[in-house]
Amino acid sequence: MAFVDSEVSGGTQADQDALSVKIVVAGGFGVGKTTFVGAVSEIEPLRTEALMTEASTSVDDLSMLPEKRTTTVAMDFGRITLADDLVLYLFGTPGQNRFWFMWDDITRGAIGAVVLVDTRRLADCFGAIDYVEQRGIPFVVALNAFNGVQEHDVEDVRDALQVGPEVPFVVTDARERESVKVVLVTLVEHAMSLIQQT
Amino acid sequence: MAAPDGRRVRPYLATRGRTRPVQDIAIEALVSTTKNGRTNGSDPEPERERILRLCHSPRSVAEVAAIVSMPLGVARVLVADLETEGLVRVADPHAAFAGSEEPARNLSVLERVRDGLRRL
Ligand SMILES: Nc1nc2c(ncn2[C@@H]2O[C@H](COP(=O)(O)OP(=O)(O)O)[C@@H](O)[C@H]2O)c(=O)[nH]1
Ligand SMILES: [Mg+2]
Repeated sequence: MAFVDSEVSGGTQADQDALSVKIVVAGGFGVGKTTFVGAVSEIEPLRTEALMTEASTSVDDLSMLPEKRTTTVAMDFGRITLADDLVLYLFGTPGQNRFWFMWDDITRGAIGAVVLVDTRRLADCFGAIDYVEQRGIPFVVALNAFNGVQEHDVEDVRDALQVGPEVPFVVTDARERESVKVVLVTLVEHAMSLIQQT
Repeated sequence: MAAPDGRRVRPYLATRGRTRPVQDIAIEALVSTTKNGRTNGSDPEPERERILRLCHSPRSVAEVAAIVSMPLGVARVLVADLETEGLVRVADPHAAFAGSEEPARNLSVLERVRDGLRRL
């Protein structure tokens, strides 16, 4: 293997690699995930696709052979360089049942998740909330104020989503950088408090 | 490793010498071209060459996939091959914390993230 050189880490590279961390932005289609990511990202949100082969057994298929379909799942993501040696990635991804396989990959090692909610379509976030709750992933619920969410609506939404009082709820405008920053800081602080409790 | 016609044989590289399964590379793992990767001359495979150029400044595996326009799974395989050949380095945040808690569960990391976000 002539082109393998033992001096892999030598040269002009910095001595220490930067650390990269990530936060997942989840929610139904059109809830504002890409807008949210774009509001704080230092790059235009990028899109990547995972090619997946889904095995499914169709009831119509008399042979009962599993049929294989190829689907792609898109996710939009952005990057924030927080320091010379620290980079935060935000991954926006649809929360939908047929995409859960991809979520394992996206959420592994994540600081936590922002579950974005459109109060007119609450049910769209049920799957995402179930997922993060079951896996013990720290999360906050961010109500994207398309129509202006009143503060007193927030507890109604918490009831409707059946989310415990320990989970922070925030009202946000996904288009506003400062508002998105508040949501992210709330999530990080929540993740910190969960560690401090244990 | 080369085939009789001189081309590299990726399937062999894909299974030999890897230290871990391709799927274990985190999507946020940072890929950077090593000194060897910079001085090796241009790679005969255009996708590999693009990755080597792109990662002169470190990029996540997800960025590699998006910018080079390939599915995530393909990017992981190419990055893992390049790593095996010593042409890129992959800084995997999980591997970096092997044996201790993950960065996402490390209080001082989280403090730095919080403070960095506040400063934005
Ligand atoms: N009025 C308003 N519109 C928003 C807000 N967030 C997103 N949008 C719009 O809603 C649409 C869907 O947003 P997008 O970010 O693409 O949703 P995604 O499917 O979750 O990624 C876009 O046209 C956005 O401009 C918001 O906070 N307020
Ligand atoms: Mg989107």
